[in-house]
Amino acid sequence: MSASAPAILVRDLHKSYGEHEAVRGLDFEVAPGEVFGLLGPNGAGKTTTVEILEGYRNRGSGIVSVLGHDPQQRARALRERVGIVLQSTGMYRHITPREALRHFAAIYPRPRDVEEVIAITGLQEKADALAKTLSGGQQRRLDLALALIGDPKLIFLDEPTTGFDPAARRNAWEVVRSLQELGKTILLTTHYLDEAQALCDRVAIVKDGLILAEGPPGELGAASTRYRVVWRDEDGALQTREVEDPTALLHQLTSGALARGEALRDLSVTRPSLEDVYLELTASEPEESLRG
Amino acid sequence: MAEAAVLAYRQWRLERRMFWRNPTAAFFSFTLPLLFLFLFGAIFSGDQKTLNVIVPGILGMSVMSTTFNALAMNITFLREEGVLKRIHGTPMPGSSYLAGVAANAVSNAAVQVVIVVLAGRLFFGIGWPKDWLELAVFCIAGVATLAALGVAFSHVIPNFDAAPAYTNIVFLPVIFISGVFYDVDTAPQFLRDIAQILPLTHIIDGLSAALVTGASLADTVGDLAVILAWGVFGVFFAVRGFSWDSRRE
Repeated sequence: MSASAPAILVRDLHKSYGEHEAVRGLDFEVAPGEVFGLLGPNGAGKTTTVEILEGYRNRGSGIVSVLGHDPQQRARALRERVGIVLQSTGMYRHITPREALRHFAAIYPRPRDVEEVIAITGLQEKADALAKTLSGGQQRRLDLALALIGDPKLIFLDEPTTGFDPAARRNAWEVVRSLQELGKTILLTTHYLDEAQALCDRVAIVKDGLILAEGPPGELGAASTRYRVVWRDEDGALQTREVEDPTALLHQLTSGALARGEALRDLSVTRPSLEDVYLELTASEPEESLRG
Repeated sequence: MAEAAVLAYRQWRLERRMFWRNPTAAFFSFTLPLLFLFLFGAIFSGDQKTLNVIVPGILGMSVMSTTFNALAMNITFLREEGVLKRIHGTPMPGSSYLAGVAANAVSNAAVQVVIVVLAGRLFFGIGWPKDWLELAVFCIAGVATLAALGVAFSHVIPNFDAAPAYTNIVFLPVIFISGVFYDVDTAPQFLRDIAQILPLTHIIDGLSAALVTGASLADTVGDLAVILAWGVFGVFFAVRGFSWDSRRE
């Protein structure tokens, strides 16, 4: 594998469960060192896709390459270089984080130092506590620690902060950022927009097994051709309008205000945010959109 | 291969530590057969003929509860908790992991064998086993067969909440029909017919020969054949139906 080869390559991936097509032709690539997010509502096909990449499920059709391997072959060389954080935490109840990390370290050819991983994931105070006594957030940190112990090149994070309180989420984000600084490639799935925006270099919005939009989170909204203009009218009511070209509307508003001798209050002209794009793309029907 | 064996050994060591760290479970798994032994010992004290039936019967029951019951429940728990899935995502060979988990059950069975044999000698007038080799053969065959059947049965159990009910609906009738508490030959014909099919009956027959009657391995080879047939059946379904994930496709 050359240095420029993608860490993950997916071409025309399909997967069905009986009649239900969970994944209907996905294409994406993740570059080495990149944080890539699969963003979408529950049931969009994110977890199915990630589980195919992790080697847990066989694909229906298409091409999948992870660090140059077909994950379906379950090559040991691949599993030694990949760390997986699953949605559900699976651990013995009577094990301590330090014991678990020592045990898992022995499975890998070049593990990281156990104490170092405990420090990275902030588990120092709970390193010798039984797993069953850890809080939800601490258990997730243990999951992350176990995914890091083998010193993987690529890390899968499947909804890493679902069920977290806001402070725990911020902590988890810090950990993900520190992984990125270590040069790890990260594929994360989430249904939180702010999470995708805060962490990801690039995002793919997935719905019904298809990618609807893909790009850096800051540019996904900007790529839209529409502008949103908000202002307060002469009766004091807040008005919103979306237009392809705001020039004429702005001229009309400013000249109207000048003619009345009033200030044009609360005027803003914005491009749609990632959230707007997301809600628009993932809404089942336009009228179901949450946009007011 | 050597590395796979080392990983299996490490897994077994971890499983042992986890087992002892849950003291109530450990306590009950060892005291239940002892409790039965002492209850029946008290009821039938002086009735050597009945004790000669009960001691090998309790030993067979112990082997079943430490292997079949324990693995059926344990594998269901590990699957539902996601431990199996996590292991499956690491470079650990699945065979090493499962060997470690099964060896843990076998260790418990070995401890039970020692307890029951000692109790038979010290308290129940059974004396030392008449044929140590035969005892070892039937213990190993019984443990291996019931362990494989336990793993195979775990594939049928839908979730951990249901595991005790599923396990007991098999375990309780089997220990009664197989003659843990009475001599099978005194049971009605239809129960005797069922008993002849079940592996535990033949495990108990073999243990009884080794501990009490002194019937040789040549006499019990038919029992061994039935046990091994169940063993093949168990291994086939243990491997075939195995799922690392609680969600089925």
